[in-house]
Amino acid sequence: MLRKFMRKHDVTDLVMWLIGFGLLVVVFIGTYRTLASGKYENSVWLDFFIFGLAQGSVYALIALGYTLVYGILFMINFAHGEVFTGGVFTAYFFAIAMERAGFIDRHWVLALLILMAIAMTVSVMVAVVLERIAYRPLRGAPRLVPLITAIGASFFLQYTYRGIYGSGVKTYPDFPALDGKLNAFGREWPILTTQALVIVVSALMMVFLYWYVQKTKAGKAMRAVAEDKEAAALMGIDVDRVIVNTFALGGAMAGVAGILYALLFKQVNAFMGFIPGIKAFTAAVLGGIGNVPGAMLGGLFLGIVESLGPSLILDGLGIPAPYQLKDAIAFTLLVLVLIFRPTGILGERLSEKKA
Amino acid sequence: MAEKRHSEYILETIHVTKQFGGLVAVKDLSIQVPHQSIYSVIGPNGAGKTTFFNCITGFYKVTEGDILLDGESIAGLRPDIIVKKGISRTYQNIRLFQNLTALENVMVGHHPRMKAGWLGAVLNTPATRQEEAATRKLAMELLEFVGLKGVEHELATNLPYGMQRRLEIARALASEPKLLLLDEPTAGMNPSETEEMTAFIDNLRKEMGITVLLIEHDMRVVMSISDTITVLDYGEKIAEGKPEEVRANPRVIEAYLGRGAATQHEAKAA
Amino acid sequence: MDKEIKFSWQDIIKYGVIGGIVALYVVLIGMVVTFKERYIIAETVNLGQIALFSPTFILAYFAANNARKLKSLIYAIVVGALVGAIVGVFVAALLVLASHVNMREVFLNVSPELLKILHFGQESLKGASLVIVGLNLIVGLVGGLFALAPRRWSNALLVGAALVTLMGILQELMSITFGTKDWYKPLGEFIYAKKGLSWGGTILFFVLGMLFSLWRSSPGLHPGARVAKLPPKQQQGVRIVSFLLGLAILVWLPKFLGSYPSEILTTVGIYVIMGLGLNIVVGFAGLLDLGYVAFFAIGAYTVGILTTTGKLATVGWNFWMALPVAIFLATMAGVILGIPVLKMRGDYLAIVTLGFGEIIRILVLSDWLKPYIGGAQGILQIPKPEILGYEFKGPQQIYYLVLIGILLVGYIAWRLRDARVGRAWKAMREDEDVAEAMGIHLVSTKLMAFATGAAFAGLSGAIFAAKLGSIFPHSFNLIVSINVLSLIIVGGIGSLPGVVVGALILVGLPELLREFADYRMLFYGALLVAMMLVKPEGFVPEKTHARELREQPLEPEVAPEAPAREAL
Repeated sequence: MLRKFMRKHDVTDLVMWLIGFGLLVVVFIGTYRTLASGKYENSVWLDFFIFGLAQGSVYALIALGYTLVYGILFMINFAHGEVFTGGVFTAYFFAIAMERAGFIDRHWVLALLILMAIAMTVSVMVAVVLERIAYRPLRGAPRLVPLITAIGASFFLQYTYRGIYGSGVKTYPDFPALDGKLNAFGREWPILTTQALVIVVSALMMVFLYWYVQKTKAGKAMRAVAEDKEAAALMGIDVDRVIVNTFALGGAMAGVAGILYALLFKQVNAFMGFIPGIKAFTAAVLGGIGNVPGAMLGGLFLGIVESLGPSLILDGLGIPAPYQLKDAIAFTLLVLVLIFRPTGILGERLSEKKA
Repeated sequence: MAEKRHSEYILETIHVTKQFGGLVAVKDLSIQVPHQSIYSVIGPNGAGKTTFFNCITGFYKVTEGDILLDGESIAGLRPDIIVKKGISRTYQNIRLFQNLTALENVMVGHHPRMKAGWLGAVLNTPATRQEEAATRKLAMELLEFVGLKGVEHELATNLPYGMQRRLEIARALASEPKLLLLDEPTAGMNPSETEEMTAFIDNLRKEMGITVLLIEHDMRVVMSISDTITVLDYGEKIAEGKPEEVRANPRVIEAYLGRGAATQHEAKAA
Repeated sequence: MDKEIKFSWQDIIKYGVIGGIVALYVVLIGMVVTFKERYIIAETVNLGQIALFSPTFILAYFAANNARKLKSLIYAIVVGALVGAIVGVFVAALLVLASHVNMREVFLNVSPELLKILHFGQESLKGASLVIVGLNLIVGLVGGLFALAPRRWSNALLVGAALVTLMGILQELMSITFGTKDWYKPLGEFIYAKKGLSWGGTILFFVLGMLFSLWRSSPGLHPGARVAKLPPKQQQGVRIVSFLLGLAILVWLPKFLGSYPSEILTTVGIYVIMGLGLNIVVGFAGLLDLGYVAFFAIGAYTVGILTTTGKLATVGWNFWMALPVAIFLATMAGVILGIPVLKMRGDYLAIVTLGFGEIIRILVLSDWLKPYIGGAQGILQIPKPEILGYEFKGPQQIYYLVLIGILLVGYIAWRLRDARVGRAWKAMREDEDVAEAMGIHLVSTKLMAFATGAAFAGLSGAIFAAKLGSIFPHSFNLIVSINVLSLIIVGGIGSLPGVVVGALILVGLPELLREFADYRMLFYGALLVAMMLVKPEGFVPEKTHARELREQPLEPEVAPEAPAREAL
């Protein structure tokens, strides 16, 4: 009986379920002990949650770039994190110029819009050039080839930024209008104004993107190409153009995400895109890569888990300085999702299509 | 290869059903393939023939039913174990190991019959060396048998189409199968190549004593060499029998040519 | 070619603009200034200038090469010159702009020093601009001329120029290494000026390089072809003799070179061992592993923890007792991290392994594990290995440890490649589903690849720990994985000699050129992209293996060893 079972399944399946179960138990124990100890007050949890929501919306915006490109080309644009960096890092120089001119104090909304426009433009340019030089010639090559190219491009861009703009960490100027907690409708809300702004802007961007993909002609062409490139080409759709559009759209989202990131975390440098890039990829996978609403949900979920996780799970296990391990939580989540549910939370399109 | 037979049939499928979500690709299909016969499965595009093959070789797990190889159930086993038990196959759209040489391709085919492990290879033990040499010899013979002598060291991807087809068969034969599954072996061939291939398949049974299960579109091929034919349509068996019986079956004609043709045919017969 | 014989003004402008952008990139990224002290030829030509003008040369070459199809030689040269001039205009425009506006706040490298270099000794801005355009025009013209030379000759010229550049870069190292030797003094004085090669040395190496290239490319003289003509018995003899000769040179090398070059070779060797391991995982089995550094780290940390006599001292074993444990643990880690990714393909696998690598790095750095593995402070006081009273104390001694490691690991990889296991890996790389349908058990075959690769990395890490005497987490970041990946790709995925060539180019050269450190990853990134676009099979491709096989008529009696005979 057991032998028959073993012939049909591998030991490895069993091992994996054991690992999964073990981790679940660890999470449960950690959470229980943290909550039982009552170390944190409710308002602290709320702060964690809101912060998670804000950084999650940034992840979500970046994740859209991964998902859009994956949906069409079935490749992971490994360099997307650097598309993100390019915009926000370039915009930095305009930001300090505006600060020095006192423009940010006088017209902060306009200043923010200008910065976003600049970041979007640069990110779109980086994404489009990347597609043109590094990816387009490799369409149809074995899967490993564009992936290695993307990894190379990622490092090339990181060190290009470093070489041109310098290696130091730069601090974005302050937006005085956004300091402190949100005051609206005659009362103070338990949320920082910046966080509120980040959440609202990314929500708007996502609604725009959803509308664009679902309702516009360009969006429909995009979905057609994702479904079947050859058929779309036969229907008179310019596939190359649609692909460029996709990269541009992802770049634009990454550009906005960059400015929001700068509002939240203030600091930029040449390598800043790498970790958010991988996390956004995680978010995209969480939601089911290739699936637009999935990427949004995945981003928010990851942001919240990452913000709550260290205190909620690790603290209870008696691990010192749990916050150091927040990236490890994100990566563990990535690994777990890919192992146990590679199609993601919402996704259904990936697994069969890969064959 | 006179092995002990455990069952009258080398392959028996018993009420095999394969479902993908709501789509039933193969429905309640039972066939019985006698030893050393040539058995063909035909049917229009999308009739579920290749899915059926994938079920037999273990690439898909059957939803319901059982598959017996010489009386032993193989349903649900992993593909690599099924090969070891004696079924090997070729693919409709040739799937060779493109960047391996022809010889290496065939030698990979012999993998399940080899034993050498990691340590044996590193220490280069006499047993490993002997096995390598024997495998190499077998592979060379098989390549010669399928007419690929002289191109052993070409990369598979550089071979012309017809040669690739034959190389794929050589690779399948290298696993010393009792049952060989050929998925449209003459697809894309011109009439003379097709004729050659037909003779070759016939020869396989005669010389090597291998049973052949064949998916084929070319009716001349099917009718000339099959002992038995099963016709599938929408995953279901609609006819079965000797070539001449199947040829005259109105349901088959209907499936292939549409209802009008069938009535015409009946009228003509009458 | 599908391109019509048409070469218009637009094309010239296109090439010129691309060249201009690339040249500006080179300037803005700072290469011109960084390399200005690296003189190649007699205080006249430095590496910064070479960096500045090579885009011009390359673009002019390509433009002229396309234009050549018009069959008018003059036209091709004019095209080259025009492209050069356009590039010059770009650079001159930057100079003019930077002289009027302070760009430094954004573009860090637009420094007064750069402007001084770009002035080329001219007082006036106008004069400098003219010189820049003029020089670029000349370089473009030369590039155009170059396009006209027959392939064999243009290759020879390139090899000559490359050798000159290499020898120029090597100046410092040569004088450190051989400066005290009697035989070197007259030679050194002849080939080198105070900075860079002397004119005599330049001509000497240029001619040598050309002769070498011409010799290689003349069909009758190529050594491989000549060996192939010999009867099999003698071929084998030639191979054995050349192998032994090579080995003797390798054994003698550190004595000859001295400490510093041995150190570089040791570092290269450590990467060769890792490369041979990753080559099994990526090259043979086709599993893109970006967390490979984790196994390297496990090897190093195991040796560190078990042997250290410092603060974190545990059992205080010697290196030889710790080594098998290190390899074993790395192998186990390879299997354990391999299990979850068994069902993943291509890009997912890459990201997950990258995640694993990062998780391990974060854990190593965390306060949580600090009491055991030292956190950011690492592990200090790792004793040197010792055997029968011979201590591997300095680079010249560790070198032999590395050499033995490479020989061992190389032998294993070479044996596996053509064995049943190796074929199964390659089949899996080509098509996983079919491989399974051919009777290959995917789980065990994959795990075997992961385990073998991890074991090699573990060995490499163990030697690394012993070499440095102390280890820190920052030596084990993603960059290491990328370096190893780059070197096997440059050498040729799946190719064993390729690993050595790749490591020499990507690890050895940068060590010689310290100013290069800043551009190392930039260069790797660009190289990965360029290799994939232009030469995905690498410089020493695996396919030569197939070609070599073809050259030998097969004889079943001696068959078992025949396929594996490859020049080492």
